[in-house]
Amino acid sequence: MSATSRQRLGWLVPLIPYLWLLAFFLVPFAIVLRMAFSHADTALPPYAPHFAGFAAIGEFLAALDLDNLRLLADDALYWQSYLYSLRIAGLTTLLALAIGYPLAYAMASAPKSWRGALLVLVILPFWTSFLIRVYAWIGILRPDGLLDAALMGLGLTREPLRLMNTEAAVLIGMVYSYLPFMVLPLFAELEKLDRSLLEAAADLGARPWTAFLTVTLPLSIPGVLAGCALVFIPAVGEFVIPDLLGGPDTIMIGKALWTEFFSNRDWPLASAVAVVLLVLLVLPLVLLQRARLARGGAA
Amino acid sequence: MKRLGPGLILALVAGFAFLYLPILALIAYSFNASRLVTVWGGFSTHWYGALMRNEPLLDAAWLSLRLACVSATLATVLGTLAALALARHGRFRGRTLFSGMVLAPLVMPEVITGLSLLLLFVAAEIERGFWTVTIAHATFSLGFACIVIQARLVGFDRSLEEAAQDLGATPLMTFWTVTLPLIWPAVAAAWMLALTLSLDDLVIASFTTGPGATTLPMRLYSAVRLGVSPEINAACTLMIGAVAVAVIAASLLLKRERMAGADK
Repeated sequence: MSATSRQRLGWLVPLIPYLWLLAFFLVPFAIVLRMAFSHADTALPPYAPHFAGFAAIGEFLAALDLDNLRLLADDALYWQSYLYSLRIAGLTTLLALAIGYPLAYAMASAPKSWRGALLVLVILPFWTSFLIRVYAWIGILRPDGLLDAALMGLGLTREPLRLMNTEAAVLIGMVYSYLPFMVLPLFAELEKLDRSLLEAAADLGARPWTAFLTVTLPLSIPGVLAGCALVFIPAVGEFVIPDLLGGPDTIMIGKALWTEFFSNRDWPLASAVAVVLLVLLVLPLVLLQRARLARGGAA
Repeated sequence: MKRLGPGLILALVAGFAFLYLPILALIAYSFNASRLVTVWGGFSTHWYGALMRNEPLLDAAWLSLRLACVSATLATVLGTLAALALARHGRFRGRTLFSGMVLAPLVMPEVITGLSLLLLFVAAEIERGFWTVTIAHATFSLGFACIVIQARLVGFDRSLEEAAQDLGATPLMTFWTVTLPLIWPAVAAAWMLALTLSLDDLVIASFTTGPGATTLPMRLYSAVRLGVSPEINAACTLMIGAVAVAVIAASLLLKRERMAGADK
């Protein structure tokens, strides 16, 4: 085989996944963008104009229909669901950090022979379906569920807590489902931390708590940021967990998209929601990246 | 190594109790003779029998398993090619766009991936069903597979590949005889990950499926929305058992491989 034909065959390696991603990632995304600027029609499929490629850019711009974006901006429901998604995702991230940090810290401090097993134990629930995990909590939180039975049986509460269909239930389910994503990067960061630094701090007279605040915590910030991003980003778009554990009032933005699409059959509006949701997600990512670059520049 | 202080032991116990008590409760109540969640009616495997006669659920499970195997295999092949392209092909034309497209599905909300693929299938007038879900799952698992394999490719000795090529092996022969045997644990891990992602997905499948292709998560979701039933507990227990066996077996295998590597 000659060198040139080898070269040509080698190009197939990037080409095949490249074409796949163009066809099934980039093109569909372009369709969503186009759809977001169309208006709904009662035809089947329920949108107009039918996607016919980007014939001419001028024609495309002229045909842009900003009604969907205007509707999103005007309708309080969408603002509320965006803000609600951010709020739930933010609270989930904070709670996961509050629970995950001590857990990751304890795992990283455990004897080396334990760590592998502890890591498997944290990952194991992640391999089971998230529906199973949410279902487990329904059994616990629902009226006459295990939690109320246990608390009233112990005499700690007299009346049922009625946690099901509240924001607390949504948060419990979200934190439970996303906790491994917080613990793994934190554990990775804390495990590689040089313990001799802590010994040095102790030798210099620092109390354990001071040593933690001045040595361990600052050094684990990259893990904290990575964990927060891994929890926050999927949590914003999440809607199955709030749908199952929250009441009818808990409308996350993902749920709004789902309803527009499947119940109201307004595909263009659903696409507009998708575009805005994406902007909402890309923004914190860009900020995080800039913060990381700034840190890198300072170091 | 210092011994763990009481505070750290408390953190471990509380953390793992939070992770495992709900699952243990779910498993315990799958063996409950009573239909009521709070009433323990004695030990029974009644609900497992009922599960075995639940044709729609079994059909959905079988469909999900086939679909996950096909889409995981597709995702692993494409992910290996993508990882090779990113790790070995240096700066090719459109590399930035390529790596962006590989990684984007990792942060993309499922609703958007699902919506965009459905719009594509409608625009291209492709009939929706088993294969559209398979394509959708392969596309969003590809990035995960690529990252796992790329990590292994970056960390290995390239001089082995160069030696094989100097001895006259074609790139394809080099890949089969040198590269693949060296990266297979990562390839296997990528396949397992893609399989799990496919089995776990509800949202993307709901968008891209058609009549006659109802996956297990879709069945479970509609059952769970209707309320708690010990039969679902039984189904969940079986799934947890399968996952636990697979994960523990995989980690033991990995440990043995690592020990064998250390002995050499």
